This record gives sequence, structure tokens and C-alpha cells, in this order.
Amino acid sequence: MAVWVFAEELEGLPTEGSLELLAKGRSLGEVAAFYVGAGSDDAFAALGEHGATTVYHLDPGDALPSAGVAAAFAEILRAEGGKVVLFGPGNIDRDVAGRLAARLGKPVLAGALDIDVSDGVTVRSEILGGAKSVSTVVTDGSPALIVTRPKAFEAASVGGGTPTVVSVVMPDVGRSSATITERHVEASEGPDLEAASVVVSGGRGLGSAEGFEMMNELAGLLGGAVGGTRAVVDAGWVPYSYQIGQTGKTVKPQVYIACAISGAMQHAVGMKGASTIIAINKDPDAPIFALADLGVVGDVHKVIPQLIEALKAR
Amino acid sequence: MNIAVCVKQIPDPATPYDLDDDNHWVVRPNDQVLDDTDRVGVEVGLQLAEATEGTVTLVSMSPSGSLQGIRQALAMGADKAVIIDDDTLKGSDALTTARILSAAIDREEFDVVVAGGESTDGYTGVVPQMMSEMLDVPCLSFARKVDVDDGIVTIERQTASGYEVVTSKLPALLAVTAGIVEPRYPTFKGIMQAKSKPVETLTASDLGVEPDVGQRVTEVADVASREAGDIVEDDGEAYLKIVELLEQTKVI
Ligand SMILES: Cc1cc2nc3c(=O)[nH]c(=O)nc-3n(C[C@H](O)[C@H](O)[C@H](O)COP(=O)(O)OP(=O)(O)OC[C@H]3O[C@@H](n4cnc5c(N)ncnc54)[C@H](O)[C@@H]3O)c2cc1C
Ligand SMILES: Nc1ncnc2c1ncn2[C@@H]1O[C@H](COP(=O)(O)O)[C@@H](O)[C@H]1O
Repeated sequence: MAVWVFAEELEGLPTEGSLELLAKGRSLGEVAAFYVGAGSDDAFAALGEHGATTVYHLDPGDALPSAGVAAAFAEILRAEGGKVVLFGPGNIDRDVAGRLAARLGKPVLAGALDIDVSDGVTVRSEILGGAKSVSTVVTDGSPALIVTRPKAFEAASVGGGTPTVVSVVMPDVGRSSATITERHVEASEGPDLEAASVVVSGGRGLGSAEGFEMMNELAGLLGGAVGGTRAVVDAGWVPYSYQIGQTGKTVKPQVYIACAISGAMQHAVGMKGASTIIAINKDPDAPIFALADLGVVGDVHKVIPQLIEALKAR
Repeated sequence: MNIAVCVKQIPDPATPYDLDDDNHWVVRPNDQVLDDTDRVGVEVGLQLAEATEGTVTLVSMSPSGSLQGIRQALAMGADKAVIIDDDTLKGSDALTTARILSAAIDREEFDVVVAGGESTDGYTGVVPQMMSEMLDVPCLSFARKVDVDDGIVTIERQTASGYEVVTSKLPALLAVTAGIVEPRYPTFKGIMQAKSKPVETLTASDLGVEPDVGQRVTEVADVASREAGDIVEDDGEAYLKIVELLEQTKVI
């Protein structure tokens, strides 16, 4: 098997990120998926539809997946071989990639935006907040372990058939084991942030959690989702699931409206892929203006209520 | 409890980074600062130590230079530091870093190893996971709340849609996220005491680790930046420009 894709389950189906990886994997060679979750015929069919010919399925139950999954995956890779193993940017992906790398004694290439396997394995990534593009070649043989950036690739259905499913048992990892005792979902309203075509995003300059009331109202009028910076997440104004940026989500909406956000590079990497960026900030020197198609130097507490009234009046 | 905290010294993020022309490494000045991400780890380590009359040992792989960053963490209250400083480690990747750090940690018995989630200059975000495999301990990553009680550690682990409660026996490794605690400022007394706290310096061969990097940067290029558009000063009617652009993009 040439290409492996690490895939995860969310609400009974492979995550969107897993399907994006399958699309890239498919362009590099024949793909086997290593699928972690409860598993079902529907889930396996979705993996097949998106290009996996074989699915290795492991259900970790209530065990924290990383150690056991890495141990099982390492055995399979040793037996089956492979040229590249693709991981998404999610928490479980990173945990498994790190532990697997240590087991196999192989490097991990992180932050991949593109992958080339025509002559060895070369990965393109960006550093310094996207200011520089870096090509890195793997010199340590197969498999090359690669962690990709969110939304680096687009999911595509290739109309593949039902894959062969191989069941993998979660091994006992002794001292390395940990248990998940509770799972909590922090609900957010409106459309999914990562899929929304309009994102209204708030920063510290909103002044307080109440500032997000007008973010919600504006997003509601535009059929968009609400996001934020790490500053507002750390302040407890919105949950982490709202965070956009290097250590949060990556969004590529049609329109991104940045309200009282300075535009730090760690935030910019999560939103600079938007087609149109509108920024409102009272500081004319805020870095966000360098990214904006339209920048308004002004007070969000004046501009946003006016905008909301104008949209309501339509 | 015996607590190890992995801290990275990085070039001051406020100043532009230089890349070495031949090898494309980040050039590390003599004066490096403590990574903000790791300030959080130090705070978590100190709180655990205070609750259990424990000891906090800092572990860092970096050219020692002025040791400014390490002194910052000692001034916060850590007891001692182990620095791995070796020219053969220049340009190390995450795997080599993890091998070095875990070898240094493994010289003593630790109950808890604390690391940051992602370094500000490297952001591979896999060093802690690699260390946990090498040390054969659970990797309690993305931890946003930590409790230790009677040999059992319980964390809240951030997920894309919320959080999970995860529990394991000690020893364990914690990779913490920002916002979990507010890192303390060093006191004047702390800064004075830091000057005389023990700092041990080791090389890779002291730890029996042979640096071996499995990746090489072949090219670095500038990325074309987005072109800035119109900037308007709000005269009370700037919202109309926004409405106009929203119409053009057909979202309204
Ligand atoms: C390792 C690491 C990872 C990180 N990951 C992320 C990440 O994933 N996402 C992220 O967002 N950040 C991240 N950060 C943090 C990032 O560096 C910034 O600190 C953060 O993005 C700043 O958020 P902010 O723009 O809301 O706040 P600030 O930088 O404080 O900016 C607030 C802005 O609001 C403006 N303002 C104030 N009042 C008003 C008003 N009334 N009207 C209009 N404008 C006003 C100010 O002029 C200012 O520009 C990370 C940092 C590190 C070190
Ligand atoms: N050279 C280093 N010395 C000490 N700790 C490190 C070093 N590199 C990484 N770490 C630890 O690993 C975490 C994640 O770093 P990274 O995997 O580089 O994003 C950091 O927050 C540190 O706690």
C-alpha cells in the first residue's frame, strides 16, 4: 500500500478533514485508511466513496486513543509498508502522529500545505505566519509521516466502491493508557464555522462578552457563523470552538468580517484564505488592514450597530 | 511530587527572525526569551509543586547563551534547570528534540512532565507526544484544566467541539494550552534567587543520544502577500461601504 490516511469519526461519519486527506492521498497513489471510531457500513462506504480501497478500523471505546492507536498502527505499517502517512491537524491526529513517529523512529513533517512524491517525499509548508514558503525533503526513508494544515486540500468524491474492511484490536498499552470519562459538546448557534460562507469574527477590542451579542446578530442577518481570536477565547467570552488561527480553526469563507481584531500572524494564518476580508479597527496601523479588501478605521460599537440597522432595513 | 517542565528559549518574537542562508535554520541570538507557551507550563508545574511540596525541574534544549529565558522561569519559582547545549544539535527536528528531552528527563524519576502545546517558533506540536511514547506515559494533551489527587491525574481536554474529561495514573505527561492558568510575574526576590539556582549543562553524548535528523529544508521562498484594498476613515457612513461590498460579493 503506497499511501495511508489517518481518518477519524464525528457523529458516526468520517470527519470532513479525513475526506480532504483522502482526496490528496488518492492523487498520490492507492489509499488505505486507518479509521478510528465506532465504525458502521455508512462510515466505511463514505471512506470508499472518497477513495479508500482498504479500511483498517479500530474502535478505541473510552480509551484515550493516542497510545493504543499508535501501537496498533505501527505494527500494521511494519507489516504492510507504505510511502506516506497523512494526518490532519486535529488533536487525535497530532497525538497519534507523534507517538507513531517515536515508535518507528521516523520524523514528522508538520504544517504541510502540499506534498510531492515524484522524487522522494517533499512537503511544502509556510513559516513566520505565512511570510515564507519552505520545502522540506524527507531523508529518512519510508514511511514519511506528514501532518497537514486544515483545508490544505479539497474533499472530492471519486465514486469508489465498498472498501475491504480489516478490524484492528486496541492493544493494551499498560502505563501509557488513559480513559475518557466524560464528553461535552459546547453548542454554538448557526452554521458550522468551518463550512460557513460568511464569518463574523470578534477580537479583544469588543471590550466584553456582551460585545458578541452584536456579532451574533450580524452573523444571523448574513447567514454566517461567529468566530473569534484567541484573546477572546482566553478571556472566556466565547468557547474554544470559536477560535480561528494557528491553534484554532482555519476558515476559508467568501467573506470574513474582522471586528476589533489586530491581525496577529497567528490569527491571520487561520483566515487569510478568505475570498474577501473586511476589517473594522480603530487603530489605522493595525496589521489586519494589510490583509483587508475593505478596511474601516473606526469604532466597532458605532459601525456594527449601523451596519446591522442597514441590513435589517433591507 | 517530582515535576519536570520542558521550556523552550526562543528569539524574541517581537523582532524579525533571521534564517541561516546555508541551512535555513532560525538563527538563535545570544539573548533568547522564554516562550510564552511555556510560561503556562511553568505555572502549571509550580501549582502542582505547591500543592504537593514538590520540586520543579526545567528541561531545555537550546544554546545556553545568556540563559535569559531560563532565568525568567527560575525567577517564577522553578527549583533548578537542566540545559542541553550542543552544537551538533543545531537544526534538530522534533524527533531529535524529543529524544534529547526524554533522555534528560529519564535520568530521574518524575511523577509529572509538563510541556506546552505548541512552541511559538517551531509549532510542530508533536514534541510532547513523542516524549510520552519514549517515556511510556500517557500523553494528556490539549489540557485546559488539571487536577492531581492521590496518584491520579484528571484533565479537561480541549476538542474541536467542546471538551472531554480524561484520567490516568501517574506518571503522566501534560501538554497544556494557553488560558489554563495565568502565569505569575516573577517577584524581585524571585529574580534575585534565580541567579543562584542550580543550572546543569549537558551535551548529547552525556545523554547517549546520537543526533540524527531525518529531514532537510531544500528551499525557502517569500510568499506573495495579499494586496491591501481600500482603507477608509469612518465618517459616520463607512457602514455603507460595507453594505456595498457585501452586495458585490452577493452574500446579500
Ligand atoms: C503559539 C501561539 C499560538 C496562537 N494561536 C492563536 C490563534 O490560533 N488564534 C488567534 O487569534 N490568536 C492566536 N495567538 C495569539 C495572537 O498572537 C494574538 O495575541 C491574538 O490573535 C490577538 O487577539 P485580538 O486581535 O483579539 O486582540 P488584540 O491584539 O489585543 O487586538 C485588539 C484590537 O482591537 C482594536 N480595538 C480596540 N477597541 C476597538 C474599538 N472600540 N473599535 C475598533 N477596534 C478596536 C485595537 O486597535 C486592536 O487592534 C497565538 C499566540 C501564540 C504565541
Ligand atoms: N528545545 C526544546 N527545549 C525544551 N522544550 C521543548 C523544546 N522544543 C519543544 N519543547 C517542548 O515541546 C512543546 C511543543 O513544541 P513543538 O512540538 O516544537 O511545537 C513546547 O511548548 C515545549 O514545552
